[in-house]
Amino acid sequence: MTTLIYLIPVALFLGALGLGGFLWALRSGQYEDLDGAAERILIDRDDGAENATRSK
Amino acid sequence: MSCCAPGAEMALDLESSMLILPSSQEIRLASRSLGADLRQTDLSVPTVHCAACIQTIETAMGKLDNVEGARVNLSTKRVAIRWRGAQVPPFVAALGRLGYEAHLFAPEVDEKDKTLAELIRAVAVAGFAAANIMLLSVSVWSGAEGATRDLFHWVSALIAIPALAFAGGIFFRSAWNALRHGRMNMDVPIAVGVSLAYAMSLYETINHGEHAYFDASVSLLFFLLIGRTLDHVMRERARTAVKGLSQLAARGAMVLRADGARDYLPVGEIEPGMQLLIAAGERIPVDGKIIQGASDLDCSLVSGESTPKNVASGEAVQAGVLNLTGPLTIEATAAAKDSFLAEMVRLMEAAEGGRAHYRRVADRVSTLYAPVVHLTAFVTFLGWMAATGDWHRAMTIAIAVLIITCPCALGLAVPIVQVVAARRLFESGIMVKDGSAMERLATIDTAVFDKTGTLTLGQPRLVNSGSIDPVMLAIAADLAAHSRHPFSKAIAGFAIPGWQHKFDAVTEHPGFGIEATDAGSTWRLGRRGWAGWKARTGGEGKHGYGGTVLTKNGMIVASFVFQDALRADACATIDRLKHAGMSVEMLSGDTAAACAEVAQGLGVDDFVPCLLPSGKVERIETLAKNGHKVLMVGDGLNDTPALRAAHVSIAPATAADIGRNAADFVFLRESLLAVPLALDVSRKAGSLIRQNIAIAIVYNAVAVPIAILGHVTPLIAAIAMSASSLLVIGNAMRLRSSVPGSQVKEVRPSRRSDTNELARS
Repeated sequence: MTTLIYLIPVALFLGALGLGGFLWALRSGQYEDLDGAAERILIDRDDGAENATRSK
Repeated sequence: MSCCAPGAEMALDLESSMLILPSSQEIRLASRSLGADLRQTDLSVPTVHCAACIQTIETAMGKLDNVEGARVNLSTKRVAIRWRGAQVPPFVAALGRLGYEAHLFAPEVDEKDKTLAELIRAVAVAGFAAANIMLLSVSVWSGAEGATRDLFHWVSALIAIPALAFAGGIFFRSAWNALRHGRMNMDVPIAVGVSLAYAMSLYETINHGEHAYFDASVSLLFFLLIGRTLDHVMRERARTAVKGLSQLAARGAMVLRADGARDYLPVGEIEPGMQLLIAAGERIPVDGKIIQGASDLDCSLVSGESTPKNVASGEAVQAGVLNLTGPLTIEATAAAKDSFLAEMVRLMEAAEGGRAHYRRVADRVSTLYAPVVHLTAFVTFLGWMAATGDWHRAMTIAIAVLIITCPCALGLAVPIVQVVAARRLFESGIMVKDGSAMERLATIDTAVFDKTGTLTLGQPRLVNSGSIDPVMLAIAADLAAHSRHPFSKAIAGFAIPGWQHKFDAVTEHPGFGIEATDAGSTWRLGRRGWAGWKARTGGEGKHGYGGTVLTKNGMIVASFVFQDALRADACATIDRLKHAGMSVEMLSGDTAAACAEVAQGLGVDDFVPCLLPSGKVERIETLAKNGHKVLMVGDGLNDTPALRAAHVSIAPATAADIGRNAADFVFLRESLLAVPLALDVSRKAGSLIRQNIAIAIVYNAVAVPIAILGHVTPLIAAIAMSASSLLVIGNAMRLRSSVPGSQVKEVRPSRRSDTNELARS
C-alpha cells in the first residue's frame, strides 16, 4: 500500500511527460508535413545546405 | 507515387509547357510580411513528390539573391519562400527552369486549422486519461479491496476531471448548441451519458461503492474523438490540396491612369471606365471593351470553345479569358462583382438548393439513434424502479445502458471508411472534397460529360504531320516556338532537337501569325490569306487544306490541320461507366458537328450541342426531375453552374479555379479513368459503411438486452466497446486492398522538347 503512494504519482508524472512532449511537438509544427519528413531523411546534405533549410 | 531521378520530374499535364508567369506585382500582392523587411510568399507546386524534388527546390531557391530560405511542404505540395528587399526575387521563373510549375494562391494566414489542433489535443488528453484510469481500473477488477479500491477510485476521479473538461468540452458544446436550437444530435446522448456516469461514479466513490464508471466515460470520449478527428482530417486534407492547386486567376491588373501613370491594382479596386493594360499571357480580370490592340483570346474556360478567338479593337471581352498573342488596352465596362464571373456565381447559388438537402448516412442514422438510446435508458430506469424500488440500482443500470449503446462504433464507422477511401483515391490522383461526396457518387445512375477540356484535352493537336515535308515541319516548329498560340504549341512539339533554322527577325502579328526572314526569303506561319494564297504543294492528304499554313515568299509550302485531342482513356472510361450501368451523355457549348464527331468516336449515345451555361443546368435539372441521379464531369467556367446543380461532380485539375471549387472530386492526372475509379471506390466505401453500421447495430442488439437486464459490469462494457470499435476499423481497412483492376496508370508526359524550353525563356 505504501509503495502505491509513490508509484501512482510516478506513473502519472511519466504519462504527463509523454503527453506534454506530444503537445509540444504538435505546437512546434512537427506534424505539418509528415510526407516531407519521411522523404527528407533521404537527403544527403552538407552543412551549408542544412543551414539553408533549417533556418526556419 | 514512385520516386524520380532529379531532372525527370515532369509537369502533370502538357499544358504546363506554356507557363504563364505571375508578374512581380502580383507576387508582392500575394505575399505577406513577416516584419522587418522580411516577406513570405507561398507557392503551390503540384509536381513536387520526392526527396530529390525537395532538395532541388530548396537549394535552388537558397541560391537566389535576397532569398532567406525556402521550405517545401510535401504533404500540401507547397513551397514557402522567405525573402527581403524591394525587388521580388525571380523564384517562379527559377522554379520553371527546374521544371516545376508554380502557382500563386491566396495565403490563408490565420486560417491555420485550429479545429484540427484542438481535436488532436483533445485526443491526446483523453488518451492519456483513459490509459491511466484503465490501469487503475484493472487493479480494481483484479481484486483491490477496501481502502485501496477507494484510493484508486479517487485518483481516477481526479484524472477524469481535466479529460472531461477539455476533451469532453467538444461534445458538451455541440450538444448544448443542438439542444438550444431544439434539435437532437449524436452528441446529446454522449454528453448526457458521460456526465451522468461521472456523477454516479463520484457518488459511488464517496459511498465506498464497488463499481465506478470513470474508465468507461473517459475511454468513450477517447474513441469518439478519434472518429471525429479522422473525419475532420479527411475533409480538411483534401480541401487544402484542392485549394493549393489554384491556378492563376487574375488577381489584379495594370491600370493606365489619365495622366499616363501606371498602377497595379487588385481586381476588387478596378472600376468601370478604367483603362487596363493586358500583356500577352495574362488573364482579363473584368469585362471590358478593347480600345487598342489586336490579339487572339483563349475563351475555353468561359465558353468551352477551344479554337482561339480573333479580336480587334472595339470588341467586348469577358473576364476570365486568356490573352494569347498581343498586348491589349481595354476599358473596364463592369466592376469585378458585376462581371461574367459573378453571373456564374449567381447561377451556381441558384443551382445549389438541390444538393444542400443531402444528408450524410451518419447524420441520418444518428437522428434515429439518439432518441432511441435515451428512450431505452429512460425506460430501463423506470422498469427497474418499478420492479425493485431501488433508485440507486435503477440509475446504475440505466447509465450502463446509456454507455454501452453509446455510438462508439457508429461514430467511427463512417469516418474511418471515408478516410481509407480518400487515401486510396488520393494515391490515384483524385481528391475528395468531403465524405458525403463519396456517398452521393455511389448512388448515381447517369454520367454527363462536358466535351471540351473534359473528354478532350482542350488543346489542339496536329493531325496531318505525316503528310507534311519534315523539313518544312521543322521550320514551322522553329517559328512556332516564338508564339503562345495553342496551334503554335502544337506545331512546336515537332521541332528536330539540335537543328535550328537561321532566322534574322521573328515578329508576331497578333491575330494573324508569325513572320520571319532568313537569307533572302520571308517565311510566314499563320492564317491562310494573311500568309499567302498560292499553293506550291498539293499533298495535304485526306485532311484537305487547313486554315493554318506555312508560306515562303507568299507561296504555301505546308498546311496544317488541327484537331482537339481526346483525353487519355476517354473511350475506356465511357465503356467502363456503361458497364457499371450508367447512361452516358455529353453536353457542350460547341457546334453539333464537332460534338457528333467526338460522340461517335467515344460511343456516347446522347449529346446536346450548343448549350449555354444555363442550358446545361436545365438539362441536368430535367434529368433529376425524371428521377436520375446525375454525375457531372466538366472543367470550364461555363460548366460551373452545372457542376453545382448535379448530384455529384468531378473536375480535372486543369479546370477553372471556380470549377474546381464547385466540384466534389478533382482528378490530377490526364486519364479520365479517374471517373470510374472514383465510382468503384465510392461504391465499395458505401457498402463498407453500411456493413459497419450493421456491425454497430448488431453489437447494440446483443449488448443492450444484457445491459437492461443488469448484467453488465464495467469490465464487460469496456471490452465490448473496444471490440466493436476495432471490428469497425478492421472492416474499413479491407478497402485498401480491394477495388481490383481499376488502377489508374500515371501519365508521365515525355521530356519537354528544347523548343518548348525556348518558348518559355
